Amino acid sequence: MTLRTPLTMVSALAMLAATAATADTLTIATVNNGDMVRMQGLTADFTAKTGHEVEWVTLEENVLRQRVTTDITTKGGAFDIMTIGMYETPIWGKNGWLVPLDDLSAEYDVDDILPAMRGGLSVDGTLYAAPFYGESSMIMYRTDLMEAAGLEMPDAPTWEFVADAARKMTDKDGEVYGICLRGKAGWGENMAFLTATSNAFGARWFDEDWKPQFDTEEWATTLNFYIDLMNEAGPPGASTNGFNENLSLFQQGKCGMWIDATVAASFVTNPDDSTVADKVGFALAPDTGLGKRGNWLWAWALGIPAGTDNEAAAKQFVEWATSKEYIELVAENEGWANVPPGARTSLYENENYKEVPFAQMTLDSILSADPTAPTVKPVPYVGVQFAAIPEFAGIATEVGQEFSAALAGQQTAEEALAKAQALTADAMEAAGY
Amino acid sequence: MARNVTTQRKIINTTAAWVIGLLIFFPILWTILTSFKTEATAIADPPVFLFFDWTLENYQVVNERSNYGRFLWNSIFIAGGSTILGLIVAIPAAWSMAFVPSRRTKDILLWMLSTKMLPAVGVLYPIYLIFIKFGLLDSVLGLTIVLMLINLPIIVWMLYTYFREIPGEILEAARMDGASLKSELLYVLTPMAVPGIASTLLLNFILAWNEAFWTLNLTAAKAAPLTAFIASYSSPEGLFYAKLSAASTMAIAPILILGWFSQKQLVRGLTFGAVK
Repeated sequence: MTLRTPLTMVSALAMLAATAATADTLTIATVNNGDMVRMQGLTADFTAKTGHEVEWVTLEENVLRQRVTTDITTKGGAFDIMTIGMYETPIWGKNGWLVPLDDLSAEYDVDDILPAMRGGLSVDGTLYAAPFYGESSMIMYRTDLMEAAGLEMPDAPTWEFVADAARKMTDKDGEVYGICLRGKAGWGENMAFLTATSNAFGARWFDEDWKPQFDTEEWATTLNFYIDLMNEAGPPGASTNGFNENLSLFQQGKCGMWIDATVAASFVTNPDDSTVADKVGFALAPDTGLGKRGNWLWAWALGIPAGTDNEAAAKQFVEWATSKEYIELVAENEGWANVPPGARTSLYENENYKEVPFAQMTLDSILSADPTAPTVKPVPYVGVQFAAIPEFAGIATEVGQEFSAALAGQQTAEEALAKAQALTADAMEAAGY
Repeated sequence: MARNVTTQRKIINTTAAWVIGLLIFFPILWTILTSFKTEATAIADPPVFLFFDWTLENYQVVNERSNYGRFLWNSIFIAGGSTILGLIVAIPAAWSMAFVPSRRTKDILLWMLSTKMLPAVGVLYPIYLIFIKFGLLDSVLGLTIVLMLINLPIIVWMLYTYFREIPGEILEAARMDGASLKSELLYVLTPMAVPGIASTLLLNFILAWNEAFWTLNLTAAKAAPLTAFIASYSSPEGLFYAKLSAASTMAIAPILILGWFSQKQLVRGLTFGAVK
């Protein structure tokens, strides 16, 4: 035996050991949304490029939120990557629970991320989660019903126009309702919509000293406007309608207008599921002339919990899933209409993407939302349809129950606002504000 | 004394029983039907009952996206393991309470049941921290232990009720004949209590199979059972009801079949000891 054979064997073994040491298995927690499901289907591309395997834990949004919160607050280490939103990221980043994403590669081009998204996912200028897809809210409306009502939807309508159009489009006997809006209680349900809408009416959650503002004229106007409009032009049982219920109504041709997440655009224009796919138009969420629009801003982002054993591999995955190349990979496999929207500037400069009907309106909606100055008056919090403080989710869910009860006719708007003011003041005082 | 039952009364009773039975079964039937619809038919208003284009597409999608076998295996192991482990602990406990009661037996029984009165989420953090400490997070073993502990009060209570029905004199006679404690438990008591033990086993298997708080909160990718499989198809932003129904049908099918074949034992077990 010559010396060469054992040498080759040793180097082969060393290479094998090196591969074994660098090939990790990543556990990723995510939600069951269309874009995430597509990402799971394309994982083989990541494994082929890096050698790392991926195990998915897909859960319903609220279950996921509870699950990853338990894990990150106890440093459980069950996940290497978590799918989190714009609400959690600043709070968790500030607490040091997330790995800062300040050393992303040059090819990744972090400056290409839309400024609104980057701002909402950063703490003091440091990015803590990379946006996988972003969304805002906008008006989706039936072009045929609008025409029949003798109206033309402007690109940037006012609430006055929307309310008038809704009343004209309503035909309760024919089961067509002028406007479908969220009514189901919850901080991410009716309160996401109502908080964003209240911005357009000049209302705010807290003043600069963290005093709740539900006793102000602006909130009274917002809530009364919403309840009156829904009673006159909304579907029956609206106080239990969330995103899915309204999507179902719209797809069956029962809504004239629907103001909700931009991600819904791909559902309502899909002829396999929607009976009105070819009759949908889009417009910016309405304003009242005060300079702010009632559209929200949200991102589903990928964050890495501090203390994970696979930090390097996790960073590779986050870069892969939120890169420009990934967008092209989805476009190749599933078409441009199905790429994750709202995260990167370059996507909206892409000629192929400009042909997607709802692309421009989605971008305009995202660009018109500013999480650092969400409403007319100054506020001490960050967030358009929420205030990014840990107490918000609990308080807003309770306030949402009061507003939902007012919509159902169980109490007046004034009673609901008085209760909201009292419970928010109590909770904020208990939290030490 | 048996009552005279007229034919008319019999018909009314049977009809009422069927109506109630169908009413209870309806949500499951609806889930199964929905799993064969397209997403568009699933949300159709008015709802379509039987006359639609049946499709297996949802099952195909679910099978492509998820490793059903792994979830199923975890469910069988966790439900089976926790039930058997529970019986091993509960049989001696119920024996001592039924045949050698002390002044405090009743209090102990009540105290055991009181552990079921606290909402599970109240102890989520302590249990989660213990699991991290012992490396039990996302492990089948950890989940088996937790489910066994959670169902233990019910197992002990059920067995205690069954054992009380068995005359103590028989056990005394065995002891007179020189049976040790072990033989008394294994060869005399257990065979006589087989129907009771069987129904306890079945009921606890079903309870553990359906448990959806701990199985979701203490698992990630490796030990996740069928409850997590269902949860992965639920979505607040997107209408995937048909796929969700297909996943649910696949998750309940094994336990539904088991329940069907063992319904005699289940009913007998549940009514055993009811008439004194």
